[in-house]
Amino acid sequence: MKKILNAPQDVVEEMMQGMAEAHKDIVHRVGSTRVLARNYEGAGKVGLISGGGSGHEPTHAGFVGQGMLSAAVFGDVFTSPTPDQVYEAVKAADKGAGVFMVIKNYTGDVLNFEMAKDMAEAEGIDVDFCITKDDIAVEDSLYSDGQRGVAGTIFVHKILGYHAEKGASLKELKALSEKLLPEIKTIGLALAPAIVPEQGKPGFELADDEIEFGIGIHGEPGYQRVKLQPSQAMAKEIYDKLSKALQLQAGDDVVVLVNGMGGTPLMEQYVFVNDVLELLKKDNVSAAKTMVGDYMTSIEMAGLSLTLMKLKDKAWLDALNAPVDTIAW
Amino acid sequence: MDLTTAQAWLKRFFALIEEHKAYLSELDNPIGDGDHGHNMARGAKAAEEALQAQTPTSLEGLFKSVGMSLLSKVGGASGPLYGSVFLAFANEVKGQEVIENPQQLFAAGLDAIVRRGKASVGEKTMVDVWSPFVEKLAEGVSLEDVEAMVLATKPLKATKGRAAYVGARSIGHIDPGSYSSGLFFKAYLKELA
Repeated sequence: MKKILNAPQDVVEEMMQGMAEAHKDIVHRVGSTRVLARNYEGAGKVGLISGGGSGHEPTHAGFVGQGMLSAAVFGDVFTSPTPDQVYEAVKAADKGAGVFMVIKNYTGDVLNFEMAKDMAEAEGIDVDFCITKDDIAVEDSLYSDGQRGVAGTIFVHKILGYHAEKGASLKELKALSEKLLPEIKTIGLALAPAIVPEQGKPGFELADDEIEFGIGIHGEPGYQRVKLQPSQAMAKEIYDKLSKALQLQAGDDVVVLVNGMGGTPLMEQYVFVNDVLELLKKDNVSAAKTMVGDYMTSIEMAGLSLTLMKLKDKAWLDALNAPVDTIAW
Repeated sequence: MDLTTAQAWLKRFFALIEEHKAYLSELDNPIGDGDHGHNMARGAKAAEEALQAQTPTSLEGLFKSVGMSLLSKVGGASGPLYGSVFLAFANEVKGQEVIENPQQLFAAGLDAIVRRGKASVGEKTMVDVWSPFVEKLAEGVSLEDVEAMVLATKPLKATKGRAAYVGARSIGHIDPGSYSSGLFFKAYLKELA
């Protein structure tokens, strides 16, 4: 293992400290907790929090700031944060109108966030939540009951964050999340695995000439291993599945997110997005907004994911395009 | 059971976890992610330290302290599940000097597990030992009974929890959460004996 570290067990602690120091104009660490909260107060507004295991940077803390998340909670690498820490994030985000939690669908995350909700409610803080499960690659997975929550989650952060900033209530955010979630679908692919620092060895193995479709952001198995193929073929494989799941038709508008997994250069991500945009054109589906880059990574995994969001409501685009003050959006 | 005995019970449980941590993780290997024993041992150690740092003065305080330690230190799914059990216990014994109704106490724990984990009997989870234990408690339950309950999870096919991922391959393995729950009950029975 070759990584820029001091000690593997200190990686989350030191990363958090680094983020807080480097971006102190936007975020701060809440005491000695595993929580980064925004400096912007947002008094009287619903707080929006998210979080999960570390190793997916810039998710989640990169999206903390005015107009997006109020706070993010850090678990150990690929491990859910504990309820007491999630509860700290809820407390930090509560500005009198309750707190909405965006949870990615992993068994540990769901349990720990729900437990934190109970703790917060016992202290009189209103909490509601949604669970993202945008990864349509496999039904049940290594860490999840049902489909996994992956890169499409950042659309939920952004759109809910926009409305929270506008003063939406907990109930309104919940209703909006229910409309949004079914329209966001993602599939990933991997070229090479990631190494969790404390484990020191790759989470799975792929031959030099092999790729895996449907891989999860923790290296969970996907649905198919094949020989390396041209970007056009990879794009078509994934696009066809997403298009079918979203029942895309000529004239539809979509938002496109090509998300790097951490070890794939932007050069390759742009080659891939070019192929995706070609496929959309062929189907007469319009890309109303296209995003390319590392948004939800899997440490240094080589690979990417493609997310499509069907714009059922044009206002979602305005919410995505509204300016925010965060580290990474 | 009063505060002193309850403390001895939990101490005995923590010692059993420490003693069996390698085996618990081994049980977790084929059907989970192989860390149940080490996670539980970390939680048990934190719970002991918290009790030493601040001696509880009531049953409620004891259970609450242990619950919070497990919640914050165990992680994964076991942390919130065991944490919920102890917080439910704390709620149950509010104002009690001795545990007035053990069956009600354990039933509250079972309830918390079911609510948190959304599992029911037969899905190869902790519920599969908690449920028969609570049922049998009124008529009297022995160490052998507990052992049998734990072993009975072996032929089950997991449909909940992380073991559900391996599905049919979970058959033939003891559920690690059930095994650690068995230790919890054995510690209780031994303390009463």
